Amino acid sequence: MSAHVAHLTQATFDETVNSADNLLVVDFWAEWCGPCKMIAPILDEIAVEKSGAISIAKVDVDHEQELAMRFDVMSIPTMIVFKNGVPVKRIVGAKGKSQLLAEFTDLL
Amino acid sequence: MVKTLRYGNQMTSHYHVIILGSGPAGLTAAIYAARANLAPLVIEGELSSTSDQPGGQLMLTTEIENFPGFPMGIMGPDLMRNMREQAERFGTTFITEKAAIVDFGERPFQVTAAGTNYTSDAVIVATGAQSNMLGLPAEERLIGHGLSTCATCDGFFFRGKEIAVVGGGDSAVEEATFLTKFASKVILIHRRDHLRASKIMQDRASSNAKIEFRWNSEVTDLIGDTTLSGVKLKDTVTGVESTLSVAGLFVAIGHTPNTHLFHGQLDMQDNGYLHTGPGTYTNVPGVFACGDVQDHTYRQAITAAASGCTAAIDAERWLESQNN
Repeated sequence: MSAHVAHLTQATFDETVNSADNLLVVDFWAEWCGPCKMIAPILDEIAVEKSGAISIAKVDVDHEQELAMRFDVMSIPTMIVFKNGVPVKRIVGAKGKSQLLAEFTDLL
Repeated sequence: MVKTLRYGNQMTSHYHVIILGSGPAGLTAAIYAARANLAPLVIEGELSSTSDQPGGQLMLTTEIENFPGFPMGIMGPDLMRNMREQAERFGTTFITEKAAIVDFGERPFQVTAAGTNYTSDAVIVATGAQSNMLGLPAEERLIGHGLSTCATCDGFFFRGKEIAVVGGGDSAVEEATFLTKFASKVILIHRRDHLRASKIMQDRASSNAKIEFRWNSEVTDLIGDTTLSGVKLKDTVTGVESTLSVAGLFVAIGHTPNTHLFHGQLDMQDNGYLHTGPGTYTNVPGVFACGDVQDHTYRQAITAAASGCTAAIDAERWLESQNN
């Protein structure tokens, strides 16, 4: 299962967010964060199952500290949901698949 | 092993043993039950950034230095991943959901998770305990904005900053020590004038130049509208109030057993922990309990694992006795 999950950097972030024509969930994560690792496969599944409606992108806070600071991320995982380039929801902390799906589909 | 029954008008999967929880107790019970050909079902919980998640409290820790067999230590999440693989290898089924309703009133026992009904001849309760929060209204506003439930996840964001840890036990000292890797100063706030932590952890804290102590102090409020900027403290002896500027706050003030599901069904002690004995027997024949959900005294990975083993053996023998 390999839906396209974009890894965003300072250079690609704005363009990706502004050009997304569906719901874009940006997951701020890091390699050393246990709960982040646990939700990664769930987000991959959602990207496949909701392909066309929801896209998933990731920001590795270890390498992209400016982006983490820009969005005041002080806890990971933090998922910021963008609609038409505007952040519409922020989810802090790992959650189960059904809860995440409910949070996302609410915004569709 | 697994039969699908029609129970009322709902399809139900039936198991010999259902294990609730997937920390060291639940997974050790699963390894033993699986090796006894009981093909257990583990309802392992749902993901969160708190200690109430699959794998349990060890999922939020770093190095475990006192689990026998790992002379150089092992990372908590790695230890739990290994235990899970071992349970799976011998035929354990996992469901990554939280049990929502249990009915131990008659056999087969019933457990509902995510709208699905499961039945079993025996149940092993290993739902553990979760870390307490302060219970302040400001917590909800500031969680993820300076207030954290996971030092290993969030320590990174406090590089070069002054932060505080509330608590005086092993987990508080462990978190404070871990956080000195990032923070310029870690203030350990404790409501007594000495630590409850083990000697080795106390020595580690007092020899760490970055750790300062704020004794006899209780956190009464959090300061900051959108981001935490400090805490209000009250001296537990003099009652004098003060404020402390910190950019981050980590809470490690003890645990509450995850027993709300069992109210009215399983006997509990006054503090909410399940009552067990002899062995891991609860008051309901066929329902066993192990690990932190029934132990507020030792609360170690190894004692939880040991009682998980005991519960699996108790359940196996009890099931055999039912067949005779």
